[in-house]
Amino acid sequence: MSVRSALVEQVAKPAPLNADLAAERRRQRRRRQFMVQALRLLAAAVWLGSWELTTRLNMVDPFFFGMPSGIARRMYTWITEGTALGPLWQQVAVTMEETVLGFVVGTALGILAGVLLGRNRMLSDVFAPFIKAANSIPRVVLGALFAISLGLDLRSKVATAAVLVFFVVFFNAFQGVREVDRNLVANARILGAGSRRLTTEVILPSALSWIIASLHISFGLALIGAVVGELWGATQGVGELIYNAEHNFDANGVFAGMALLAAVALVAEALITALENRLIRWRPNPVTDVTA
Amino acid sequence: MAPAIELRDVTKRFATPGGGVYTALHDLDMRVDPGEFCAVVGPTGCGKSTTLALIAGLEPVSAGEVRVMNRPVTGIEEGIGYVFQTDAVFPWKSVLGNVAAGPRFQGTPGRQARERALDWIARVGLSGFEDRYPHQLSGGMRKRVALAQSLINEPRILLMDEPFSALDVQTRTLMENELLSLWSATSASVVFVTHDLEEAISLADRVYVFTAGPGTVKGSYPIALLRPRNVSEIRFEPQFQRIYQEIWTDLRDEVQVSYERQKRAG
Repeated sequence: MSVRSALVEQVAKPAPLNADLAAERRRQRRRRQFMVQALRLLAAAVWLGSWELTTRLNMVDPFFFGMPSGIARRMYTWITEGTALGPLWQQVAVTMEETVLGFVVGTALGILAGVLLGRNRMLSDVFAPFIKAANSIPRVVLGALFAISLGLDLRSKVATAAVLVFFVVFFNAFQGVREVDRNLVANARILGAGSRRLTTEVILPSALSWIIASLHISFGLALIGAVVGELWGATQGVGELIYNAEHNFDANGVFAGMALLAAVALVAEALITALENRLIRWRPNPVTDVTA
Repeated sequence: MAPAIELRDVTKRFATPGGGVYTALHDLDMRVDPGEFCAVVGPTGCGKSTTLALIAGLEPVSAGEVRVMNRPVTGIEEGIGYVFQTDAVFPWKSVLGNVAAGPRFQGTPGRQARERALDWIARVGLSGFEDRYPHQLSGGMRKRVALAQSLINEPRILLMDEPFSALDVQTRTLMENELLSLWSATSASVVFVTHDLEEAISLADRVYVFTAGPGTVKGSYPIALLRPRNVSEIRFEPQFQRIYQEIWTDLRDEVQVSYERQKRAG
């Protein structure tokens, strides 16, 4: 028996499905998809409808809790006439810029520090208590410090976002580096990998699943950092918009701002999932969105 | 002629997490001639894998000396190939990337490494699978990748740690024949660790039997079976049966000792 023919036997192929069975499967899947979508719409309708109804009937005070129609109206005026701070897209753009910059800076520093300390036991032993202490501080308060030291412009928000992102990415990168399969490391070293090659070709790719898993959480944290930074003092941004609405006792404005942030976060989440599937092509099961 | 591998009075102790000391190998003497295929059998926990780690330079000896190519081993040296028991191919690299890894790590230009890798992929019968990732391959195919990955570096010493123990019986026999034909085209010395005496005799020029831990050599048997061998048929030959009987009486006692210990520990 030749090697080749033996191999062909080894590659398992699923038995060809009966065409009818396959069609039936497809129909079932479509039906299920439709059911899920319909139930989602229903859930949203019940939620928003009961909110609208109870506030309209004054069972719940719309002054404090807003109402869906009011939120929609507020959003509409923001889009058509702009906000008190300027055009709406500009507020979103400012917050996005702060978020993305903070996310990128925090992620880069987190990976760098995680790999460095993960690879060097001496360094990690020395710095462990400092990192634990720094991590136990509620870091959003650092935003106040940054507002003083870096001013009310972009930098203080980026710093706040980056600090929040850093620790999450750092801990994951660190753990990822520590969990690298020892056999893989031994194999690479025997194959002739030096320290640098070992880091770039074995340690980093191996830790990548851990790091990317942390990005899902940390983008949300970057958004929190940017918005909280704006609350500490800013002239523009969605956080400032919410802060403004709050000062005018405009509950609908606060909710509209929240809806904007949620939309931004959902889009970012989809982008990160796409990035994940691209970077970790080699993994057996591609990541699917929980909402998909 | 100087031996390719020589272990002299080698002892290896490990610190256990409980603060004690565990002796894996005790006064081990062993030699492998250039181009010799040598198999090591012994009961579970007799220090077979540890022996390989010492030869590869992955672990330092506690006492004694390990010499490879007539030089004392002080760390990971060039010219050594190692096929691990578990999958040690890189899951994020394609078959091509995995096989080309050795030359790339050593600084061979990409194009040249690629050509050599393609050649080795063909030699282990994986042409057409260059772009697959390990998780898309069967266990036997992943072993072929691991073999090509080691052999592309043209090692003078090939260390194999129960490489086929996770494969089903048919695939295993196939891979054993495959290994023999690949090896016969090289001049590499092989140390092949296994717990399967049949596998050891089918493949090797010499079989070392280790005692139950702490491991040391209980016996060394030359295997005078002719080459080329067909692993799936050689076990039916009378000479094979005789050799098997002889070694098994040695091995049986050690397996018994190891088994009794496990029962007590359990």
